[in-house]
Amino acid sequence: MKASNRRWKEILDGHLPDQLAAEIDQFETEIELRRQGKIDEKVFAETRLRRGAYGQRYDNGQRHDGTESKTLAFPEVESKGPNTVWDAPGMLRIKIPYGGMTPEQLELMAEIAEEYSDGIAHITTRQDFQLHFIHIDDTPTIMRRLAAVGITTREACGNSVRNVCGCPFAGVCPDEAFDVTPYADAYTQFMLGHPDAQNFGRKFKPSFSGCQQHACGLAAMHDMGMVAELRDVDGKQVRGFRVVVGGGLGAVPRQAKLFDEFMLPEELLPTTQAIAKVFGRHGEKKVRSRARMKFLIDKWGIEKFKEEVLAERQKLKEDPRWTEYLQDIDQYEEKPSRPPSELPPVNGDVRYANWVKTNIRDQRQEGYVTAAVALPLGDLTGDQLRSLADIIREFTNGSIRTTVEQNFVIRWVSKSDVPALHAALDAVGLSEPGASNILDLVACPGTDTCKLGISSSRGLAAELRMRLTAKSYELDEAIQNLHIKISGCFNSCGQHHVADIGFYGVSRTVNGFKVPHFQVVLGGQWEENAGSYGLPVVAIPSKRIPDALERITEFYMRQREAEEPFAKFVKRVGKVKIRAVLDDLTQNLPKPETNPDFYADWADPRQYSLGDIGKGECAGEVVTQYEFQMTSAERMVFNSQVKLEDHDVQAAGDSAYQAMITAAKALVQIQYDDVTGDPDEVVEEFKDRYFDTNVFLDPFAGPKFANYFFAAHQSAGREFSDDSAHVLIEEAQLFIEAVHTCYNKIRTEGIETTGVSK
Amino acid sequence: MELQHVNIKIFVDGDLRVDLQQVVDVFHRWIAEQAMDELLIDVADYRHVPAGPGVVIVGHEADYSLDNAGNRQGLLYNRKMPISGSNADRFNQAFAAAVKACNLLENEFAGKLRFNRQEFELLVNDRCLAPNTVETLEACKPEIEAFLDSLGQTNAVVAHDTNGRRRFSVNVALNSPLDFGVVLSS
Repeated sequence: MKASNRRWKEILDGHLPDQLAAEIDQFETEIELRRQGKIDEKVFAETRLRRGAYGQRYDNGQRHDGTESKTLAFPEVESKGPNTVWDAPGMLRIKIPYGGMTPEQLELMAEIAEEYSDGIAHITTRQDFQLHFIHIDDTPTIMRRLAAVGITTREACGNSVRNVCGCPFAGVCPDEAFDVTPYADAYTQFMLGHPDAQNFGRKFKPSFSGCQQHACGLAAMHDMGMVAELRDVDGKQVRGFRVVVGGGLGAVPRQAKLFDEFMLPEELLPTTQAIAKVFGRHGEKKVRSRARMKFLIDKWGIEKFKEEVLAERQKLKEDPRWTEYLQDIDQYEEKPSRPPSELPPVNGDVRYANWVKTNIRDQRQEGYVTAAVALPLGDLTGDQLRSLADIIREFTNGSIRTTVEQNFVIRWVSKSDVPALHAALDAVGLSEPGASNILDLVACPGTDTCKLGISSSRGLAAELRMRLTAKSYELDEAIQNLHIKISGCFNSCGQHHVADIGFYGVSRTVNGFKVPHFQVVLGGQWEENAGSYGLPVVAIPSKRIPDALERITEFYMRQREAEEPFAKFVKRVGKVKIRAVLDDLTQNLPKPETNPDFYADWADPRQYSLGDIGKGECAGEVVTQYEFQMTSAERMVFNSQVKLEDHDVQAAGDSAYQAMITAAKALVQIQYDDVTGDPDEVVEEFKDRYFDTNVFLDPFAGPKFANYFFAAHQSAGREFSDDSAHVLIEEAQLFIEAVHTCYNKIRTEGIETTGVSK
Repeated sequence: MELQHVNIKIFVDGDLRVDLQQVVDVFHRWIAEQAMDELLIDVADYRHVPAGPGVVIVGHEADYSLDNAGNRQGLLYNRKMPISGSNADRFNQAFAAAVKACNLLENEFAGKLRFNRQEFELLVNDRCLAPNTVETLEACKPEIEAFLDSLGQTNAVVAHDTNGRRRFSVNVALNSPLDFGVVLSS
């Protein structure tokens, strides 16, 4: 834990947006309350997940060393979630909406990676950043430092609206209908922390694409995918979105289904809000493996889902934010910092020529190109991040985006600057050619850091990359254009379903020992926004995967017809024939005593075991809206005590009153989920539903606790003395306890509580 | 000025002649044996990152790595948990831990790996506690000198990396080679 945490809080005080500052203060308080045992571990786990603070391998305090599982003797073993040790390092996921970053944000990311992590910043397959080996006590400081440059980790994990993905070429792609950036941005702002998106049983992933034919936004594998379209309406070009819903990868992937062929932008946010409400209300909560929205759509069918959403849409109260952002949307435009120019002839430098061929792409604006920065396994150092910040300041207006292929794209490079840009990138180890081709392998963290990892996806990716790089100049163009994606398990974070050749980690027992394997998945389609998914062919021992890859590619070269793409080839030839090419690789494994290497994973000498697999946190904890509201209420009472200690009696009294309102709202929301935070409305609804009906009556104290609440509301806004603040804090605490009692009564006595809307 | 999170990097003498996969193997064994004074948790493998952290043992109190930042291989000790005492005490603690790891690695790779006894880097991994400024250097110079005195080095050359965006660090060139055995026994 950093010694400077307190000092950062003082330094950044007043320098963060108020809302973000308050949220981070709240999280810090929740950390303290969990430490004191005043927040349930499940609630805290979901709370920290919604702040982006995720678990990591070995965080249960156990590590298998190849022969046995050993306890890691962490000093503080208090839990920060079920089966999760406080001091065990975790991962912090940082949302980068549509991948857009500024030089200042890159520099800050460098500082954070160096000071709190292991010196590496990692780009994910959904354009986020991830930092590993982070101590939970450092997370509020990191969040403050990020917030100071406009970045939030809020809802980066947990059962929430995750990072809004977007095409990294938006605004500069020759094939796009229009620039989706400002729409993705408005969607991000609107849904972040939206009250109607707090009651999901699982996560919700949105994405924006500028066109149908490319892969960049992967709309078809998202819970909600928006693809830009232009239509001619009464002689005018009108912008809209083809909207698909219910896509997702995971163990059993689903292609998203068409929700609306052409949704006008003014309907985008209200429809999203309605979808969130329907998913929150009707989505599965108990069985996590069936809680993604795709399962609700499976159950209902797309037509009923659509009907429910549109009915909900009609009930929504008008919100000016639905359309405010559209007023000057046509004026949204990124500007270059240098004039357009021509690309100088490529000289005899083969490496440079190859980089230009694979990493440079024409923009739709004449005289400009984009340059992909291919990152091995999505990793880069603090020094590289700072250099990248300098480079984009020098060559562009600071325009850069992360990609779903775990790379960066530098935009608005004037063509004559390309050789100088390459030289600048080369000087800091960022000039790898092969962006978006077979060398650009994508891998999830796998057994390196993920609790669910079965096999070493990064270890395999590093090995394949090394072998392919060594012979990259000999590879036929058809092979070079293939995409390889690797997941450490069936959950598909490496997106193996949408690769030409995908692998996901599985385990087999051979000769009485566990052997790491990868299931080979063939025929997925990356293009057309992840247009189709591949299927498993055969599981092969990890150490034979390089041979398998060689055989598959050789077979493809021998059998393909003309310019036949790989996915079509797989479909035509059939998996039986392809499997026959690979079958012998699954047999005759050497005995452990003759070749123990087969019984260990890539880059890990330990005898392979499944002993380190824990319970994943991808699913988050299913915590009801009630539990969240009550946690907030308790935090507010705690804060009021702190304020009282600091002699800030007014803040203490106000916070105690807010705690009562929040607790009452928690109860009201069980019956009426559209209740706002307006205190008058909360009191009125509470009175109607719980007080006048005698449901809230305490068996011993009668209406006493409710009367505390009504009295506090009647005198809201009053001036507090030390004594009166003290009294109200006591009353607030008692009222909260009474709310808990009432809630238990409702649950045990089966009082009707579901979905009654006014 | 209280300096916490002290890092020491002791450079490899000459070129690295060790296959880094073997370093991965050794680090895994160190975890199984809990070979250092701190709790060791995991190995992070960044061999694929140019001029990166190389191979890291992630610990609770500290990380150890065979680091290649700046394209210079060296054993890096990164203290993560705060320690009480003076700044000189913290420099000494980090240095002793780094030397211990160097000594162990030299024994693991006898004849193939030797660390430089006359040059190392001292870095403070906290921009808030130690902004990379001349003022920071002036403020902690007496304690750096006290630390070097304790190593028996009175005329060492201390060069400050003045790049303000990087963390506070100094490169220390000693006027005579250190005996790791003496450091470890003191």
